[in-house]
Amino acid sequence: MIIDHPLLGPRDSAEFTYMGDARLIDRPNPNDTDAAATFFDYAYLRDNPAGWHRELWFHEAGDRSWLVVTRNTLTHEISKVELARDVARAQGRSK
Amino acid sequence: MHDLTPTPALGAATQTIGTVTIAENTGVALASVAARNGGTEACAKVLKDVLGAVPDVGRTVLHDPEAGFWMGPDQWMIGAPMNTHEDIADQLKAKLGNAASVTEQSGAWVVFDVIGERMPDMCEILCNIPIRKMVAGDVRRTMIHQLGCFVIRRAADDHIRILGPRASAQSLHHALITAATSVA
Repeated sequence: MIIDHPLLGPRDSAEFTYMGDARLIDRPNPNDTDAAATFFDYAYLRDNPAGWHRELWFHEAGDRSWLVVTRNTLTHEISKVELARDVARAQGRSK
Repeated sequence: MHDLTPTPALGAATQTIGTVTIAENTGVALASVAARNGGTEACAKVLKDVLGAVPDVGRTVLHDPEAGFWMGPDQWMIGAPMNTHEDIADQLKAKLGNAASVTEQSGAWVVFDVIGERMPDMCEILCNIPIRKMVAGDVRRTMIHQLGCFVIRRAADDHIRILGPRASAQSLHHALITAATSVA
């Protein structure tokens, strides 16, 4: 599997480490009144889709950046690769 | 006065195996620069003053006395001769202020210079970087014997510089010697 890194170009997936569902970026607000329930969801509940999935990959043997990779879990086709930093900032995070 | 020399990472003698010479380079002082939130522009300005240019993605700026290369988004490694710039981290911090986090890296890395006609063959045994496509000044982070290393293609066509974890200097040196022996 080849991951087309937005900065470095196509790289072998062996250079990367899978770090889980990209929804980990959407960390709930710990000050919310229902924080216990939302953090339970955030920490333990995952979808396991057969098909397109947005996931976090860490370029461990490269530039150490975190990526959001949109990957089809049935075919391993990758349709989109973004820097996780850019995804988080687009949502108003890490400003 | 005693004629003292600083303790090197390994202290291995320079070896030539076949056409390839492997030498530990103890003369490089290193510091990393990571731009802080909102500090990217100020950081780029200082790097331009120091190096002449901001290292682009996957590239080195070979410049005297300071040189630098790109490590990741908004992160660079700056190197300079140890005998004149041992305090390179302090010098950079004085210039960068709150725009960037600066960390002394001289104590974290071992530096090997690998020079010789069969260097590309040796490099292909060691790691999966496209050494023959890389041009002078290209830099890649890669794995050599499970160790995260930087491989820098230097100005001379047969010269690469390898930065590896200092605590594993002997393991990395062993890997280099083994690869050089197998292509000799």
